[in-house]
Amino acid sequence: MTNAQQYWQANIRLVIGCLIVWFIVSYGCGILFVHQLNAVRIGGYQLGFWFAQQGSIYTFVVLIFFYAGRMNQLDRKFNVEED
Amino acid sequence: MSDLQLMTYFVVGATFVLYIFIAIKARASTTGEFYVAGKGVHPVLNGMATGADWMSAASFISMAGLIAFKGYDASVYLMGWTGGYCLLAMLLAPYLRKYGKYTVPEFIGDRYYSQFARVVAVICLIVASLTYVIGQMKGIGVAFSRFLEIPFNYGLFIGMGIVFIYAVLGGMKGVTYTQIAQYCVLIFAYTVPAIFISLQLTGNPIPQIGLGSTMTGNDMYMLDKLDLVLKDLGFAAYTAQKGSTINMFLLTLSLMIGTAGLPHVITRFFTVPKVKDARSSAGWALVFIAILYTTAPAVGAMARFNLMETIQADSIGSDTSQNLEYDKRPSWFINWEKTGLLKFEDKNGDGRIQYVGDKAANEMVKVDRDIMVLANPEIAKLPNWVIALVAAGGIAAALSTAAGLLLAISSAISHDIIKGIIAKNIDDKTELKAGRIAMAGAIGVAGYLGLHPPGFAAQVVALAFGLAASSIFPALMMGIFVKRVNNIGAVCGMLAGLGTTLVYIFWFKGWLFLPGTAMAPDNAAHWLLGISPGSFGAVGAAINFAVALTVSGLTKPPPEHIQELVEHIRIPSGVGAPQEH
Repeated sequence: MTNAQQYWQANIRLVIGCLIVWFIVSYGCGILFVHQLNAVRIGGYQLGFWFAQQGSIYTFVVLIFFYAGRMNQLDRKFNVEED
Repeated sequence: MSDLQLMTYFVVGATFVLYIFIAIKARASTTGEFYVAGKGVHPVLNGMATGADWMSAASFISMAGLIAFKGYDASVYLMGWTGGYCLLAMLLAPYLRKYGKYTVPEFIGDRYYSQFARVVAVICLIVASLTYVIGQMKGIGVAFSRFLEIPFNYGLFIGMGIVFIYAVLGGMKGVTYTQIAQYCVLIFAYTVPAIFISLQLTGNPIPQIGLGSTMTGNDMYMLDKLDLVLKDLGFAAYTAQKGSTINMFLLTLSLMIGTAGLPHVITRFFTVPKVKDARSSAGWALVFIAILYTTAPAVGAMARFNLMETIQADSIGSDTSQNLEYDKRPSWFINWEKTGLLKFEDKNGDGRIQYVGDKAANEMVKVDRDIMVLANPEIAKLPNWVIALVAAGGIAAALSTAAGLLLAISSAISHDIIKGIIAKNIDDKTELKAGRIAMAGAIGVAGYLGLHPPGFAAQVVALAFGLAASSIFPALMMGIFVKRVNNIGAVCGMLAGLGTTLVYIFWFKGWLFLPGTAMAPDNAAHWLLGISPGSFGAVGAAINFAVALTVSGLTKPPPEHIQELVEHIRIPSGVGAPQEH
């Protein structure tokens, strides 16, 4: 496999990992399992409600920076950085 | 003229002077500057501009109102309009930046070596952007007419004039730098009243924490108290789910995919210097958006609470003698009654206001959701300068989004239609002139539609997201991730996704939204599998993917040079224009 193909595969693995987390915090915690999670409370927030209106958004932000950081590492590792 | 009005004139006027000053400073002199700000915008600043571009009059004015009245169910908008940035950052932005051209249809046309695909993309772009612009124009008009008490039309003309100055002169360069200023105005205007109100109600200055805290003066949690108040009056509990799970799921997905496919947002990532800037810039954009989007739930809940407490202070029942007398209603109530967005009808004739869940007994016959954010500071009795600031913020949100959309429309016309199809040989200077004329024309059309909004203005948002989700996003994503997809597959996929989504929306909303032409009543009993028309974009996208992959598999693979092009955009090195083939 060429260097470019290996780089692409590593990229795809990273994206799939990030999108699994993306799915779990929004669709999982915020919609599908909201009632179960609402049994748990943090302060005045029911946990499922918190994920739907707060937590998922914070996670999205962290995810994008995590992805950007890891991609920079991959760029260097596979030597495909921009000039 | 009242003190409040003077203050509003001063604050709104000051922001306008700022926008025009920036416009004169950032004049575009090449097509590169006009379309993509010369690709020289710092990723953090680009993120801020993207935030202003994205957060429209709907985000600023309408979203907290939606949350206030829908409670938990409005989470779909919060997640849907933010989660799309993950898709954008990971699946589209860096690759489209690497490709290094000016517009979204241009990429689609090149990748699928098909002028037809490019034209389909241009049409989707123009329809989606125009429908979106109508809402912004209306937002500008409403903000002007309510706060400066001048007729709606004049407000609209002033707004158009300001956009004209900085968008026509400055192109993307001028728009970007004004959007940065507009972001600062709008976020300040949104968070300041939220902080004040959170302090008043919970004693905590951070609204995101205040919403999860106890109320000042007792040890009951804010959200529990709100649930209790609403249930007592016969409304549904704030934190309870009212809609069906499948609809919430699909609507969130449609909004996310639609967000990632809206051309005016994607174009913003063409303006950064490097591929890695495109990735981080999406993150910064979401940071700036999240500041408003995580504040909105607190604004919504607290506005609802204040509204209920002000109008319906006492419990309901046969004894209404403690309710607020209509003659003693507060001044904000009187002001909003004048706009027709708030209506009272004394059903039991006792001269007092009764605001309850039971429709027969409820005397607040109309409480328009859109007034919540604008009226909120007045309901909470905040100082005049805060109220003036909210007016300036609402106008900033509407102007910045309108400018971004108009730019997307004008570049599609001048670059994709005129330069790409009609007159391929025009030089840079002529194209720049064509871009400016197209921009002026687009402002005129948007203004006309703002003055004479088609009756379906409120429903077209579903259309804009449906189009972006079912046609543009899948075409872009497959163009990068699936080398095997060819011209026939992509075109069939786009038409299938677009066609089914349009038919589904028109089936329930009327053909071209004409009244009386709907084929079935627009309610859950008639929807296919209970899917609402607004949620269908995700299904349309799935159909697009399925058709494109199947048809491509049955026809011959794309030519060698297209496969090389895909290889080329997948790796960051070698930025600049792709090799000419």
